[in-house]
Amino acid sequence: MKKAASLLVLVVMLITVSGLASAQTELSFWYHGAGNTAEGEVFQMIVDDFNASQSDYVVVVEDFPQANYNSSIVAAAAAGDMPDIVDIDGPVFANWAWSGWLAPLSLSEGATEGLLPSAISEYQGDLYAVGLWEAAVAVFARRSVLDANDIRIPTLDEPWTADEFDAALEALQATGEFDVALDLGMVWTGEWYPYAFSPFLQSFGGDMIDRDTYLTAEGALNGPEAVAFGEWWQSLFERGLAYGTSQDGADRDTCFIDNRCALQWNGNWAGAAAAEAAGDDILFLPAPDFGHGNIIGAASWQLGLSATSEHPEGVNAFIEFALQDEYFVAFSDGNGLAPPTKDAAGLTMNYSSGAAMEVFYELSEAQGLVRPVTPGYPTMALIFEKALADIANGADVQDTLDAAVDEIDQDIEDNMGYGFEDM
Amino acid sequence: MQSMSFASQQRLSISLRYALLILISLIFIFPIVFMVMSSLKPDLQLLRDSASLRAFMPVGDISLNNYADAFARVPIVQFFFNSVFTTAVSVAAALWLNSMAAFSLAFLQWRGKALVLSLIIATFIVPFEVIAIPLLMVVNNLPWLGPEGFEIGWLNTYHVQIIPFIADSLGIFLFYQYFRDLPDELVEAARIDGASIWQIYARIIMPIAGPILATVAILKFLAMWNAYIWPLMTIRSEELRPIMVGLQYFFQLNTAWGEIMAYLTVVTIPVLLFYLALQRAFIESIATSGIKG
Repeated sequence: MKKAASLLVLVVMLITVSGLASAQTELSFWYHGAGNTAEGEVFQMIVDDFNASQSDYVVVVEDFPQANYNSSIVAAAAAGDMPDIVDIDGPVFANWAWSGWLAPLSLSEGATEGLLPSAISEYQGDLYAVGLWEAAVAVFARRSVLDANDIRIPTLDEPWTADEFDAALEALQATGEFDVALDLGMVWTGEWYPYAFSPFLQSFGGDMIDRDTYLTAEGALNGPEAVAFGEWWQSLFERGLAYGTSQDGADRDTCFIDNRCALQWNGNWAGAAAAEAAGDDILFLPAPDFGHGNIIGAASWQLGLSATSEHPEGVNAFIEFALQDEYFVAFSDGNGLAPPTKDAAGLTMNYSSGAAMEVFYELSEAQGLVRPVTPGYPTMALIFEKALADIANGADVQDTLDAAVDEIDQDIEDNMGYGFEDM
Repeated sequence: MQSMSFASQQRLSISLRYALLILISLIFIFPIVFMVMSSLKPDLQLLRDSASLRAFMPVGDISLNNYADAFARVPIVQFFFNSVFTTAVSVAAALWLNSMAAFSLAFLQWRGKALVLSLIIATFIVPFEVIAIPLLMVVNNLPWLGPEGFEIGWLNTYHVQIIPFIADSLGIFLFYQYFRDLPDELVEAARIDGASIWQIYARIIMPIAGPILATVAILKFLAMWNAYIWPLMTIRSEELRPIMVGLQYFFQLNTAWGEIMAYLTVVTIPVLLFYLALQRAFIESIATSGIKG
């Protein structure tokens, strides 16, 4: 009898426990970095901490390879099978919001306080995504090389002017010690082109689109400033100062480390390897100022809420939970990218005071300009990439930019202004 | 003297032919040698060696570290099993189904046969990319009766990676071509002897279809083993992913080239073994039917 009673109590307990467990709502979370062990472990840590911190929701992570993550999302949207929490690349979020795949976030007041502006993605007045880290680009250089050639070391406040930068490249090339004076990473096709090179255009005074209206690229991408940029860009390759579009991928990875290119335009994810190779000689320098400020691209991967999620309050709670310095630091130490807050930067291995890549946080803060926040960006980016490659290969600058403007404007018209205005 | 000269000419001709063949075989084998050698080197050395003949030699800092790292980064065993399972089932089912379809088209008389054959051939011109999204929507709404009961939607399963690819117009066409070249007397004699259609298919035709079975098996094997886009679209869980999707795990902000080469070496070995096992029948099939896979 006693045994039977004990058994009954056990069964009741099990039913209660399983009932409690099933009362938790599952939130699916798709992450773009399958194979990125360090980053994945931090996400798993956040998920585990969040799941343990409350009893309403259980977040489950599924990771996907980055190269085709967007295709997986497109397929999921087509099948009506989107996850609750979505990982989004910064420049793409406006397109996904416009496509109806994302819903605005409702975070508590002050939740995004202290974040770099580029880590906060807003479209048409609504917040759609927030980032847990930031990428930044700089000119990698060796102090000894610049000193030996009497080249001034630029600062954020006093970056190289266009003339100074050009003279430095000519001087470095003239030494004959390097394959090229500057490695731009032309072999990295895809998003690298608009991310890394459109800031040059913007610094010349042009842009990929007219940001006042987002309805045309006329004037911005083919005006006198843009043409001046295009001619300078083309001259880099004509004068043999930089590797062209046929660059060997191996050169991109090794030329600066092996001291075969004097300067390299590269991101903070490559900073640790460069610092290791150059030691104390390493310099991470701000972008040159071609007349309209020294600018670098901004906005990396971020977290958002799927429009089909039935549990937006749970998703908001999770994203808000993830916005902690502890996690920013863990990501930065793991993936080498900059944290999105100043406080966190001070606690990281690479970006704290005196650390090798400290300057990158300042670069992001001072120079970061997000790519055009419009649903038309993915198409625009492809057109811009092709135009830059064509110009690098000798195409007529004005004709190429005019053609790019026509294509971008046609796409905007085909999509009825992408919601900026009824056309 | 003349016969000596002729013998010399013969030797020279053979030598030249072998030299040419050796050169061609080197061109084909170099990428594989590069892959295996690179899999043993650290990234920086691999990249530095890539511009010289050192790329094809086991020199410098040689180790199996890339293999260890690749296995740590990707659940290779799980992905390998998934690919072997989906490929094996697909190949077996495709051989059976497509050969039966071709048998029907080649030997049975039924109305609309020519039209059906034309439609099957017409699908050659439709690339998979065109039907991918519609196919995704279809499989997402199909019913399935599994261990967990009746459910709607095939996403995130093994069968979504197999069933849509069993029926294959190229496979049917290849079988049909081969069957048509067989003498009609074979089938007629079997019919006179009282064999049923199934018996003719299973006991008369299939036993002599070895070469074409090998050809279709190799083509289907390659297509399934290299499956990439479809699994990306339909599979959410890592536990169900095939091996080619795993290749993308290495393309991070800093690409792990050595690990990629190690992974590719592991992935390529089964393909080579499968081809070598069926090589003789495959070549025979090409020689007899004029098919170029």
